[in-house]
Amino acid sequence: MNKTSNMNISAFTLAMVTAGAVMSGATIAANHPVTGEKLASDQTFTYRLPDGIATLDPQLVATVEGSAIVRDLFEGLLNQDELGKIVPGVAQRFDFSEDKKTYTFHLRKSNWSNGDPVTAHDFVYAWQRAVDPATASPYVWYMEMMGIKNGKAILNEGMDPKELGVEAVDDYTFKVTLDAPIPYFPSMVTRATTFPTHRATVEKFGDEWTRPENIVSNGAFKLTDWTLKEKNVRERNTEYWNNRETILDKVTALVIDDENQALLRYKAGDLDKTEIPAGQYGSLKKSNPTEAYSFPRLCNYYYGFNLSDNGPEAFKDVRVRKALAYALDRNVIVKNVLKGGELPAYTFTPTATLGFKAPYIDYAKWPQKQRDAEAIKLLSEAGYSKSNPLKFEMLYNTSESHKKVATVISQMWKQKLGVQAVLVNQEWKTFLDSRTKQAFELTRGAFCGAYNEASAFLDLATSKANYNYGKWSNEEVDRLMEDAKTSADPNANYTRVETLMREEMPVIPVYFYAGTYMIQDSLKGWPTENIQQITYSRDFYKTAE
Amino acid sequence: MFSFIVRRIGSSIPTMLILILISFALMRLAPGSPFSSDRGLPPEVLANLELKYGLNLPWFEQLFVYLKGIIFDFDFGPSFKYTDKSVNDILAQGFPVTLTYGIWSFVAAVAVGLPLGIVAAVRHNTKLDYAAVGFSIGAQVLPNFVMAPILVIIFTLWLNWLPGGGWNGGQWQYVVMPILALSTSYMASIARITRSSMLEVLHANFIRTAKAKGVPMRNIILRHALKPALLPVISYLGPAFVYMITGSVIIDIYFSTGGMGQFFVDAALNRDYSLLMGVTIVFGVMTIVFNTLVDITYAWLDPKIRL
Repeated sequence: MNKTSNMNISAFTLAMVTAGAVMSGATIAANHPVTGEKLASDQTFTYRLPDGIATLDPQLVATVEGSAIVRDLFEGLLNQDELGKIVPGVAQRFDFSEDKKTYTFHLRKSNWSNGDPVTAHDFVYAWQRAVDPATASPYVWYMEMMGIKNGKAILNEGMDPKELGVEAVDDYTFKVTLDAPIPYFPSMVTRATTFPTHRATVEKFGDEWTRPENIVSNGAFKLTDWTLKEKNVRERNTEYWNNRETILDKVTALVIDDENQALLRYKAGDLDKTEIPAGQYGSLKKSNPTEAYSFPRLCNYYYGFNLSDNGPEAFKDVRVRKALAYALDRNVIVKNVLKGGELPAYTFTPTATLGFKAPYIDYAKWPQKQRDAEAIKLLSEAGYSKSNPLKFEMLYNTSESHKKVATVISQMWKQKLGVQAVLVNQEWKTFLDSRTKQAFELTRGAFCGAYNEASAFLDLATSKANYNYGKWSNEEVDRLMEDAKTSADPNANYTRVETLMREEMPVIPVYFYAGTYMIQDSLKGWPTENIQQITYSRDFYKTAE
Repeated sequence: MFSFIVRRIGSSIPTMLILILISFALMRLAPGSPFSSDRGLPPEVLANLELKYGLNLPWFEQLFVYLKGIIFDFDFGPSFKYTDKSVNDILAQGFPVTLTYGIWSFVAAVAVGLPLGIVAAVRHNTKLDYAAVGFSIGAQVLPNFVMAPILVIIFTLWLNWLPGGGWNGGQWQYVVMPILALSTSYMASIARITRSSMLEVLHANFIRTAKAKGVPMRNIILRHALKPALLPVISYLGPAFVYMITGSVIIDIYFSTGGMGQFFVDAALNRDYSLLMGVTIVFGVMTIVFNTLVDITYAWLDPKIRL
């Protein structure tokens, strides 16, 4: 008894000393505990957000920017490190059964921002909530893809969400049962959809639970201000289990719609990080070499043929599709049009995707002259010539940079093949509508992997995917993708699917996106090596000038 | 005068209903849905969402439920895009912002434009007149999407006097540039209209009579010339005022004010039906109210109109 109270006193003294150290740290600049760099006294990270955040509800969030904020506010079972590898989050460790169908996560003792303990029940609640039709989450497909037992039945057959294969064995043990062994399952629980939510808060406030005055969260930061289309502010959450390692005190996202205006504000010192406007990377890299960054992203850019019954007859001939794909000089597009460090694409899956081995794509190795010659040959074999030119419409959504790319592509086809491609642009929602109804001939497309595995892209090539807008259908692809879900080496299947796509050419891969950012020299810790750009603000810190 | 006011107000109710019906119809006729996205949603999820937002009901029922909510509970429904917020929340956030910079821009435009126009007319063909006309033309040809970045370059990047954007609850430092950017072209228009109308009045017979009677110039301008000279200015100010307080998408985009203008445009692009309807209705009501006010002012200035 006496001993405990003594311990309490010493704990109290320790806390006072620490508090004193922290307080003095605010006035006398501290040093980084690991690197020893001198830290700035104001640890506020400010960055640009292109648009207002639609939602901060982990189970509903669907955008890249929204997810980044949710990762600051909440923490899931596992996190990613700066290279994209999984590291412990709320779960200290996990193990799985021999058949890889049962995963058990062992949770650490940690708290919600209101002091309540974070338990396995919070995860059970959140996961059931994510699949519950009443939640109507636009990201429910993600839960379906995780292959959790009964997930499909809840979504499609009206089964009770309580039947989902998740269980709180005890307060700190969370068990998941899968329908099939999904090889990449652990990496999927780093996504916001699977983050815990505080049941009492959600039930008390309904749709209003994410407001600063109501929200209860378990991440390194808590929400203190959220004004749509103006700003979103997060401040240090002292209840976070690893709070002592967090250096930043505050994260502010300023909504700035126009990227040139954002760059101006960056130059004025208002922002620590912003996107580089299209085409300006080269000049900024010259003027500010230490601040301009370009790195590969897990996103592709392509043009897809409409191969459905609504599509033009000409595209049903594989020679036509190949000819168009060959004649497109991707190097001109990435080096002379985009100039942001993008990479030419010859596969649908970005080559940087984890574990993905691109097949040997012959035409990728040919010089452009050979490709052009082959294209001319194929197109004339298909019966098209300068006197009987191939004509079609190419659709893209309204945007300056898509317009530039489409113009250049259509000119290449016109000069080399005499093809008459008419540009058609539509505003975003109309464009989506046309694609869904197959009311197009050739359409622009782009896709970002929701997780770092080739299936995140190649599922789009299966005939059942509702976002397979071109309606290309190949039985072998369907089978390979289905088998990949349970295969020990799914990447072999993905390589084969890419080979089939090269032979059938249902889409023309154009390039792989690059992320181009301006980051102030004083901001450290940005994971430029993380291809998915999964960032956690608690990894950042600011150094003194 | 009273019956005139009653008549004007009475006619605004059917106008409002027609506005609601037309916007509702146009909105539903536009291709695309609030829930469409790059990846697209499985049909089951789409069905759940439509159920949640009542889009599964026939259109007349949707309209009825919607109107009932507005009339009885003053509830504009949930936003389809900003799912954590209701349309009421967004209106409550955006309108004070828009009203603040709108009203101040109006005040600035009138306070500078009107005297400038009068002085230019009174000192016709002097250096003062040329300066005023020069300013008007300059300000008129400088649209706000050019003004906005220029202001940020001068006041934020070079001088570091003012924050380059944001609102912060309407602190004055944040409001100055939006007002400058929004008001200058109106200032110019007001100055030009005042000048030409004042010139016309100053050449009228009754002014010559007043001059002949030896009335001091100051009195001639303020008591005799100003009132008739203001008529065309007032008819310009009415719509201009409504335009300013209903927000400018350019101001909202360049200064990140979180005002209504950008919400309005984005609601249309996102097919955020309830937000778009909400903003349309509020803008509609404001337009009708201020046009009525202008008409009443007009009637007071010129009794011929009261018929």
